[in-house]
Amino acid sequence: MTGRPHRALASPLLWVGLFFLALLLRMDELRPLLRRAFPQAHPAIYQRASFPALFLSHLELVVAASLSAGLVGVALAIFVTRRAGEDFRGIVNALAAVGQTFPPVAVLAVAVPVVGFGPLPTVIALFLYGLLPIVENAIAGLEGVPAAVREAARGMGFSERAILVQVDLPLAAPVMLAGLRTSVTIGIGTATIGSTVGAVTLGTPIFDGLAGNNLAFIAEGAVLTALFAILTDMLFARLELRLRRGIG
Amino acid sequence: MIEIERATKRYGGRPVVEGFSLNIVEGEFCVLIGPSGCGKSTLLRMINRLVPIDEGAIRIGGRDIRDIPAEALRRRIGYAIQSTGLFPHWTVADNVATVPRLLGWPPARIRERVEELLRMLRLDPDGFRTRYPQQLSGGEQQRVGVARALAADPELLLMDEPFAALDPINRDRLQDELVRIHRLTKKTILFVTHDIEEALRLATRMAVMDRGRLVQEGRPIEILERPADDFVRDFVGRQGLGLKLLSVRRVGDRLRRGETAEGEPVPLDAPLREAFSAMAQRRTDRLPVADAEGRPVGVIALADLVR
Repeated sequence: MTGRPHRALASPLLWVGLFFLALLLRMDELRPLLRRAFPQAHPAIYQRASFPALFLSHLELVVAASLSAGLVGVALAIFVTRRAGEDFRGIVNALAAVGQTFPPVAVLAVAVPVVGFGPLPTVIALFLYGLLPIVENAIAGLEGVPAAVREAARGMGFSERAILVQVDLPLAAPVMLAGLRTSVTIGIGTATIGSTVGAVTLGTPIFDGLAGNNLAFIAEGAVLTALFAILTDMLFARLELRLRRGIG
Repeated sequence: MIEIERATKRYGGRPVVEGFSLNIVEGEFCVLIGPSGCGKSTLLRMINRLVPIDEGAIRIGGRDIRDIPAEALRRRIGYAIQSTGLFPHWTVADNVATVPRLLGWPPARIRERVEELLRMLRLDPDGFRTRYPQQLSGGEQQRVGVARALAADPELLLMDEPFAALDPINRDRLQDELVRIHRLTKKTILFVTHDIEEALRLATRMAVMDRGRLVQEGRPIEILERPADDFVRDFVGRQGLGLKLLSVRRVGDRLRRGETAEGEPVPLDAPLREAFSAMAQRRTDRLPVADAEGRPVGVIALADLVR
């Protein structure tokens, strides 16, 4: 970073982050405001669990789902871009597309009888929903590696494995990261519906608010979820920029 | 050094390289020339096993290349291509160090070697070491490409139209560099091009290829003076043939020993074309000639050029 202190201050990431943290930790301070805005809501602040606890649980679900979707998605993309797996390309694309077409609510409904209530059905739904952008981008990234670069690597005596690790993956990384970004951002919003089947998320106040006709709960859950998604998207944008700068 | 014996490659039954035989002696700068699509690149890539050979055999130093593991073979052979294929995410130094690193050289030796090569290719190490390929001009990128191909001191250098995408000035310069490096290192080089001027300038030996077959092989002057058939005659060019002959013959071949003349001497090993150009420029029909140490050895006269 350069020595200009105002550059960090001018970053929207910092301010959105601070706003999110403030709401998460000090929602109580807004009690008078929320009382006025939602006079019918009693209590005006969600009490059954703390917002930080809801957030952490929400974060865990998304991380678990995205990490597994990332690993499986990239592995599938690597497989279908090697000679041994190119015949499976169509199947993998179709499967990933089906995963995203299936509404997550339906996946939850199917998953609950199989694995029971709790966080697991949500992780499964998010995993399936998030796989497509990861697989698609990883394939695009791997195929975008210039043929001349791979040819030169082979010609100099790189093993296929070394080409993958030292050439393909680093060069495909920015495009892969873009896929992960889409997947995670969508996942954060979608995870809220997990609260209908026993997962604890920032969606829990939303569904409690819907059930108890408490608009304040709904607003609190919705705003925090939205800020969480926006903040994550910004973090990914910055990471992507850094990666691309490394490649040029 | 390299023996190519009836090498054949077919794609879908259609031969791309057919019964191609050629011996390249150690230290030779062999230019493989032919029109686009004649199979010359395929042949080159058969030598480092990027393209598997269907029939026939290729031997390097007496050993069949199929008996050497492909990766080990490729690490012994320098490889430079037209689009350079430099790794965009690695610095110039890392790119040049590629093969020594694959071979597990100690870091200090690699650093030294990178330095030496950047100097050899006239890239100032301090200015270039830490830069990335996309920060370089086309000519500089190709210099890095050549340095990378030479890095592990390979016994053989394969070059696939490495200068074809450069502007004429940079192409000229790099051709000169390559001739200098060849004289300096005595490496065996197999160089593919479709450009006859380039071939005449670089080659100590030429092989003309057409539709997958070897048409003629020999010293550049033999090919110019005694083309084997109409294809070769057309390819080396009926037009400007005289000037091409002047560019492969040397001043030393036509020297008048013991005579003297005024003016800046031309080198003994300069092509006659250079002497001709100097005469036209200075409006004279006699030039003094000096040897590599700058001692006067005789005279070249206008009449000698057309003898």
